[in-house]
Amino acid sequence: MTERAVAISKAVGQPVRRVEDPRILAGQGRYVDDIKLPRMLYAAFVRSPHAHARIERIDVSRAINLPGVVTVLVGEDTAKLCTPWRGILTDYVGMKTGSAYPLAVGKVRYVGDPVVAIAAVDRYVAEDACDLVHVEYEPLPPVVDPEVALRPDAPLINDELGDNVILRAGFDKGDVDAAFARAARVYRQRFVVGRQTCVALEPRSLLASYEAPSRSLTVWMSTQVPHMMQAIFARILGLEEQKIQVIAPDVGGSFGLKIHCYSDDVAACLLSIVSGRPVKWVADRVESFATDIHCRDHTIDVDAAVAKDGTVLGLRSRVVTGVGPYSCYPRSSVVEGNQVIRLLTGPYRIKNYQADLTVVAQNKTQMSQYRAVGHPMATMAMESMLDVAARDLGLDPAEIRRRNLVARHEFPYTTAFGYVYESGSYLESLDLLLAKGEYAGWRQRQGHARSDGRLIGIGLSCFIELTAPGSFYGSGGAPVSAQEGATVRLEPTGKVTALIGVTTQGQGAHTAFAQVIADQLGVTVKDVNVMSGDTRLVPYGGGTSGSRGAVLGAGASILACRQLKKQIARVAAHLMEAAAEDIEIAGGKVAVRGMPDRALSLAEVAWVVFYKSDKLPRDIEPSLEATAHYTPERSLTWTNGAHMAVVEVDPETGLVKFLSYVTVEDCGPMINPALVREQVRGGVVQGIGSALYEHIRYDEHGQLLTRTLMDYLVPSSAEMPDIEVYHLETPSPHTVGGFKGVGEAGTTGAPAAVLNAVNDALSPLGVQLNATPITPDMILDAVRAARGPDAGTPARTGGHHGP
Amino acid sequence: MKPARFEYVAPHSVDQALELLGRYGDGAKLLAGGQSLVPLMNMRLARPSHVIDLNRLPGLAYITEADGGVRIGAMTRQATAESSEMIRARYPIVTEALELLGHPAIRNRGTVGGSLAHADPAAELPVVVLALDAQLTLTGPRGRRTVPACDFFVGYLHTVAAPDEILTEVCLPAPPARTGSCFLEVARRHGDFALVAVAAVLALHSDGRCARARLVFGGVGPTPMRVERAEAVLVGHRPEPELFAAAAREVSAVLQPESDLHASADYRAQVASVLTRRALGMAFERVSGRERA
Amino acid sequence: MSERHVIQVTVNGEPHERLVEARKTLADFLRQDLELTGTHIGCEHGVCGACTVLVDDQPVRSCLMFAVQVDGARIETVEGLASGAKLHPIQEAFWANFALQCGYCTPGILMTVVDLLRRTPNPSREVIRRELAGHICRCTGYHAIVDAIEDAAARLRGPAITDAR
Repeated sequence: MTERAVAISKAVGQPVRRVEDPRILAGQGRYVDDIKLPRMLYAAFVRSPHAHARIERIDVSRAINLPGVVTVLVGEDTAKLCTPWRGILTDYVGMKTGSAYPLAVGKVRYVGDPVVAIAAVDRYVAEDACDLVHVEYEPLPPVVDPEVALRPDAPLINDELGDNVILRAGFDKGDVDAAFARAARVYRQRFVVGRQTCVALEPRSLLASYEAPSRSLTVWMSTQVPHMMQAIFARILGLEEQKIQVIAPDVGGSFGLKIHCYSDDVAACLLSIVSGRPVKWVADRVESFATDIHCRDHTIDVDAAVAKDGTVLGLRSRVVTGVGPYSCYPRSSVVEGNQVIRLLTGPYRIKNYQADLTVVAQNKTQMSQYRAVGHPMATMAMESMLDVAARDLGLDPAEIRRRNLVARHEFPYTTAFGYVYESGSYLESLDLLLAKGEYAGWRQRQGHARSDGRLIGIGLSCFIELTAPGSFYGSGGAPVSAQEGATVRLEPTGKVTALIGVTTQGQGAHTAFAQVIADQLGVTVKDVNVMSGDTRLVPYGGGTSGSRGAVLGAGASILACRQLKKQIARVAAHLMEAAAEDIEIAGGKVAVRGMPDRALSLAEVAWVVFYKSDKLPRDIEPSLEATAHYTPERSLTWTNGAHMAVVEVDPETGLVKFLSYVTVEDCGPMINPALVREQVRGGVVQGIGSALYEHIRYDEHGQLLTRTLMDYLVPSSAEMPDIEVYHLETPSPHTVGGFKGVGEAGTTGAPAAVLNAVNDALSPLGVQLNATPITPDMILDAVRAARGPDAGTPARTGGHHGP
Repeated sequence: MKPARFEYVAPHSVDQALELLGRYGDGAKLLAGGQSLVPLMNMRLARPSHVIDLNRLPGLAYITEADGGVRIGAMTRQATAESSEMIRARYPIVTEALELLGHPAIRNRGTVGGSLAHADPAAELPVVVLALDAQLTLTGPRGRRTVPACDFFVGYLHTVAAPDEILTEVCLPAPPARTGSCFLEVARRHGDFALVAVAAVLALHSDGRCARARLVFGGVGPTPMRVERAEAVLVGHRPEPELFAAAAREVSAVLQPESDLHASADYRAQVASVLTRRALGMAFERVSGRERA
Repeated sequence: MSERHVIQVTVNGEPHERLVEARKTLADFLRQDLELTGTHIGCEHGVCGACTVLVDDQPVRSCLMFAVQVDGARIETVEGLASGAKLHPIQEAFWANFALQCGYCTPGILMTVVDLLRRTPNPSREVIRRELAGHICRCTGYHAIVDAIEDAAARLRGPAITDAR
């Protein structure tokens, strides 16, 4: 055994380079739009320019006659060819929503609603054909504002439902009234979180190929959930599930965008079924803004009852959100709002809590799950309330958090809502953050800056992240698997092939699984080839969402490896005339414990099983392949961490500049600390986007105003800070390996830290901003209001920072 | 998002381009750098029947000295102008503005003339040429004519150029001695169109008093906006912070920007005023600093 | 003058002659006609930078040029960077620094970095962040990309410069 092999025999915990990268770096990545099939057609859609209108007449005759056009479908055509769907989760009592079709039937309900689908020889011609379609609409009054949607006289979006309410939910835990009665102070704030969207750089893409003779459908799709889509296409298209193959090749980012059933996806499959030819459908960026799920957009009222020492005694929250015309399918559009109310208490010891949620339909694009579903809003509201209280009570923001955080000895801790936090490092994370972030030093610098008239702010945010959810959706009737499968196979060469149900959209999951498997089987990471994303290849799994990939995928891999090791040991024991219990597998060798000379290579063992199995005893199955399926024993595991943002606000331009950004992350034992770090960093920048830049805007008629990347501001490198990431590793007692998820942590903590930092900077002016994104406009308005009517006159001559 | 069909033609002389422009009339579009036109075509918001590509025209990309000033051919790439030492030495404000215009890949294709002819009021170059009293040459079937920058921009995305004319040259006049300048803008992200931009140019008398001032703004009206009342506050006076503040007050009193998706009218007016003060301070520092050096 | 044109281009050193429709963008031409799918399309309005390629040594948005315009030009795409299995030093640096996740934006960024490091062999983090601002990366948060570009610059400068006193 070489020294090198020993050195790398423990791969887990190392920042192993990503196995995915060389191919992608060389331009050999294969995304859906890179795939070409013979006779392939390209789809394009005629979409509604109205938020709400009745379709009076559709004339497609000129489009059909355009050379190069093969198939044209309208809503009624598609309704005959498929079963409509409704995004109901039965767990949510009283929930209701309308039925959705591949193309609008009778009415259009948002700007961008697909009305006509066209397949042609290329996308250019398909768009030419769209131009030739004539649709007559009778506009109906649009329902835009959720509060207006709730009025008894509001126009109905789905007539058959009687009103526009999708769900009312809530709970009342502990004794909230008593908590408010004994509070020294009660704080009341309204938080308004702007509408956003995911903006994966690779748009939604799909290539459907239907074979009529066998009634089989193959779909290459940019998706997080191939098995779920397989089940859904079967349900909707009336095909047998085993005749449907869904393949997620390289996926260019997703962030929750690509776990839903979209109308145009189904319509594209129908174009293939009707035309008998493969059909490719790739959203362009304008279509993405109009039809990709939107997210956030909640109004959150919070009352906090606080004791004189800063202890939070009780909370009340009221949350209203409009989620578009239908609840999304199959995961619904009510989860984000429920997460907001359920997670609001965060990592804090708050036993008395009452919450109300109202989810309403409106004539805007569908809203649903985006990275960190609900967490950022809950965290922002809670963390902001703590700062409001600290400021009023004269407490340091760090101190008020210390007084309320759940301490290590309190685990397992049950929240007011009823979640059980199994383990964590809430206080330890905060302390590490304050040390690494030089909190005290920044407070000093802030003081000096203030005396120079400069506004520096420090924002803290402590958070928990719900990860690896189990039967979250499956119990409500959605075909979302709570388990994950892995097949691990020793090849004749002694190398390893692993087939994992978890998909990857850039997280580096293949690398992480290769590390776990390499350690289990005593081989190097290079010896393990991980594949995923193809329903015909990999064991059934729930795909990637809810920060579940690493926890469930690694867990299933480990369980499969344990079985495989038993198989190897039985064969090796026979070959070396030893007991199976005495067989050790390490460094690519299979040896008898305590007798290093008696060893075989994995390849030697494999050779016997694959090619000389007739020489094995009958009671040894000639198999070096094991499949395991894994569900954690608890339905959730809880990651935690803390963020600190330091910003400078230019009170004359309203621009916010980052001076520092530090995070502490505790997702249990890390499989690959570099992957964890990069998940956090990427998430933080998406969170900064929420806090400062990204905003989907509509006008009062429901017209979408942000239709391009010029108007919807995704953070760019020039304004983003370097992001320091520190780690603690508190294992979960309930998962294989103790792993916890990490995919959404950065996005969870960042908006709160940024909002708090801006408010801390503005605090000398007595200003508190509670809406995101915080625009320069809002900051200037607040400064002006605080300084009085003359504030607009720039009398000061300082301020050489910024433009 | 694919462009509608069009016919493409790449003339090899200005005369040929003019002939084509005359022949195809309103349906034709001139293609220079394409960084504004092609996005509009991709979205089918622009649907020219004919695209006349100026990129094969010889002799329209140059930066030459003339009478102490500089002539810039309309098809000069923004990146070329940005790296021109002649421009940097004489009109550092042009270089300063170009560095804020989009991104390197945009400036490699985008042309000086294209940006001016497109006349986006939030774009950098229109603001700068107005502040520098540039002369713009239009060539048409009736020959060439020269238009001062102050007459060139007539409305939102609209210039004085006739449909059958091509912008062929920009001439920046020799800067007076003892001139300092500064271009500042507030944009949400580096490279974005400005929410507000200002070009400030200050020329001083030998006794240090302000001889001439230019204050031109982007993003605050349908065209780049020159605020002569604020300039008048400066001329004849000794530059100092209080004077700059007075000019800045005048700016916010005169400008009447509109609200849009990115910023409110109030925001723009106030920030224009702030940037005025800052840019004047920088411009003065530069001219006085140069003299100290 | 017409809607179709024959063009000759050299892409990654290889000459091609093709008949193209006037309206076909350079990005679509590379991806569809030449099947060089390493160049990605992210917005088709010149903001995201994913489609950046070098035309006559200069980075441009290939979604904002028509293929007919590159007749006679020399084009470099991401496929031209590595030689066989040997990655270009910039690609190596991206790998070593975890500077990509989904990789969709990466080819465009690599082409911009090729140009940046030709012009500016030793850029500061601030310069890198400004030059990179024409590329949207939704996954990484940019920090690791900035690290990678610093690392790539050092690799391309070579040990001689770092050792110089």
